[in-house]
Amino acid sequence: MKVLMSGNEAIARGAYECGVTFAAAYPGTPSTEITEEFSKYEGVYAEWSPNEKVALEVAIGASLAGANAMAVMKHVGVNVAADPLFTVSYTGTNGGLVIVTADDPSLHSSQNEQDNRNYAKFAKIPMIEPSDSAEAKDFIRIAFEIARKFDTPVFLRTTTRLSHSKSVVETGEPKPSGAVLEIRHDPRKYVMVPANARLRRLAVEERMKKLADFAETFPENRIEMNDPSMGIVAAGMAYSYAREAFPEASFLKLGMVHPIPAGMIRAFAAKVDRLYVVEELDPFLEEQIRALGLPVAGKEHLPFTNEFDPGIVETALSGKAANVKALPQVTIPPRPPNLCPGCPHRGLFYVLGKTKTFVAGDIGCYTLSFMKPLAGLHSCICMGASVGMAHGMSKALGEGGHGKVVGVIGDSTFIHSGITSLLNTVYNQSDVVIVICDNRTTAMTGMQQHPATGYTLQGARTRQLDLPSLGTVLGIENVRVINPLDLKETKEVMKEELERKGPSLVVAQSPCALLLKKKGGGEKPLRIDPDVCTGCKVCLGLGCPAISWRKFDAETEKTFKKKTKKQEGIAVIDRDLCNGCTLCSQVCKFKAVEEAK
Amino acid sequence: MESKVRSILIAGVGGQGVLKASDILSAVIIEAGMDVKKSEVHGMAQRGGCVTSHVRYGSRVYSPLARKGDVDLILSFEKLETLRYLDYLKEGGRVIINDLEVYPPSVNMGEAEYPPDVIDLVADHVDTVEVVDASEKAARLGDPRMVNTILLGVLSRHMDIDSAVWEKVLRKTFPPKVVEKNIEAFHLGRKD
Repeated sequence: MKVLMSGNEAIARGAYECGVTFAAAYPGTPSTEITEEFSKYEGVYAEWSPNEKVALEVAIGASLAGANAMAVMKHVGVNVAADPLFTVSYTGTNGGLVIVTADDPSLHSSQNEQDNRNYAKFAKIPMIEPSDSAEAKDFIRIAFEIARKFDTPVFLRTTTRLSHSKSVVETGEPKPSGAVLEIRHDPRKYVMVPANARLRRLAVEERMKKLADFAETFPENRIEMNDPSMGIVAAGMAYSYAREAFPEASFLKLGMVHPIPAGMIRAFAAKVDRLYVVEELDPFLEEQIRALGLPVAGKEHLPFTNEFDPGIVETALSGKAANVKALPQVTIPPRPPNLCPGCPHRGLFYVLGKTKTFVAGDIGCYTLSFMKPLAGLHSCICMGASVGMAHGMSKALGEGGHGKVVGVIGDSTFIHSGITSLLNTVYNQSDVVIVICDNRTTAMTGMQQHPATGYTLQGARTRQLDLPSLGTVLGIENVRVINPLDLKETKEVMKEELERKGPSLVVAQSPCALLLKKKGGGEKPLRIDPDVCTGCKVCLGLGCPAISWRKFDAETEKTFKKKTKKQEGIAVIDRDLCNGCTLCSQVCKFKAVEEAK
Repeated sequence: MESKVRSILIAGVGGQGVLKASDILSAVIIEAGMDVKKSEVHGMAQRGGCVTSHVRYGSRVYSPLARKGDVDLILSFEKLETLRYLDYLKEGGRVIINDLEVYPPSVNMGEAEYPPDVIDLVADHVDTVEVVDASEKAARLGDPRMVNTILLGVLSRHMDIDSAVWEKVLRKTFPPKVVEKNIEAFHLGRKD
């Protein structure tokens, strides 16, 4: 059956069809839907692990038991999983092990733009890269075939554009994998003490040699000869862009980006007049092709940053400016992503933004609080960084830092990689206040379960982690639970905890506004009584998308009964957007906010 | 011989149904027997930010992304968003604008001005502009969410695909409770 599928849906479908029965992952854009979709298929096991390192270790365990298992993560997730990654490359597995890495050129939803093809070379693991959804579905099967044939973990690389674009896929019936599930002992292969690891190290080099030979005849590495004056080497989405930009050119389309087929590249180079590499981000293929002694052009024309499109590729390689009309001469106000109306983070960060503290931030929706008007978050490096950074800053400042350093972290992010850092604030005693923004879900990636929600990916009820108790067990003496939508309580508790010596933990608990909506809940919308509003603009300081400023026009200017001479307008609430969190009524000194009729 | 690939860019604001509209459009194109690729971005970009979707179709499509200066038609769910992507439109391309203003945060806070003359600016820039009061029509039909079905109806007039194909896909897309209303909305857009 022909269906339209995103790259992510196609990977999930392909895994299901080829007999993959096991997946472990931590959500992260653009990879999240792969595991979500896979988990819905009959007869598979899929879990959200607390982080990518755990996910990979879980998948390694499953594949040692003989299963075909995949670990799925976004590009920076591989950094977290790097420790087991580099050594599972030595051990190999019994079943098949595939790591799906979803890179994010253009940083649509990430903190950096790292090119994870480098991990393939660094960890000596083969990597294949599809160029559309149909290939994505085939390539996941091929990845497992290579994994089993060469006893190696295999990377499947996707990018945001591949993961989130949709194209036509022909679906088929699932085939049993023939995997034999059993315990097998092989200490020389699986106990990586130096003596064993030294031997496996040699096996890895042998394997890479065999894989390099395999790449020469791998059918997904193919030469498409056309006009020989221009020869382009490309893989993944970059191939699709280049193929469209230069329909007359000859192509060497690489399905496998590591190891590269040196012989095939030499043969292709000999057939064309000028050789180009079209690749997003790093000159990964280009440098290796140049190392073969072949003259090749790429990054001297093409950008190192951001994703491409056919226009960027054509302009860069042809040197001809694209025929693009300039935009009209007008300032277009930007539309940055914003915290939703009713978001509980808004209350917390409204309070934090008014304290004279440094708020070390983390990865999640709440990172958006760095923007005006909240301006309540001052750093964001990676998952879990806030707790350690706050501790380090507090220690470095000494007495001068007392009451001035806060670390904020989401519930899912805290479980991902904040727990050990929180333990460290106790062990090495700093005066930090750590706040867990506990909105009961993994919100930014679209409402995924985690250990503190009490449910698993596949919907089973499970033991629910109690975050305040965990703080106590780790040795935090001052554990407080607040409702961040109660500004008075939030302000008072933050003040008390900032004054205290030693580390504090504040769990700011209130469910994500979207989670409430999904469950059909949410409060009644509010309105601002125009006869009471004085136009003081204090409510606008919440940065709520449902509240807007209506400046008097010439007509109203004359007729409106102003509360002060200087009044220039009133604030209004869009009742379709408002979900009645009441923050605006809490900040309004004039009691202008009331329930909408 | 491969036919020329056509590109449609749908623009709007998070929550307006842009992605749903481009899903339906793509399903219609497959139903009509053509190849299609569509592109969109999820994640952080969706929190009240701009949402765009490129839909490209023909006998064989490679890139899911259109290049600037090469889009045949821009379908915009919100006035300001039309301006933001106007450089994607090709010479002689068409623009369909839903007559609706959704204020960005800086405008809400009174720090920036929403350009008062968006339609004129667009009309100065391109030959064919069509302004549709789809949001108002949807409200009259009793469900503001149907704005995307109405706009698809307007769009369908500029695509060479039979209305029966659209109806077939709409019937597959919507649950029984709202399907007839949506087909009515589609024809409301297609007719005038």
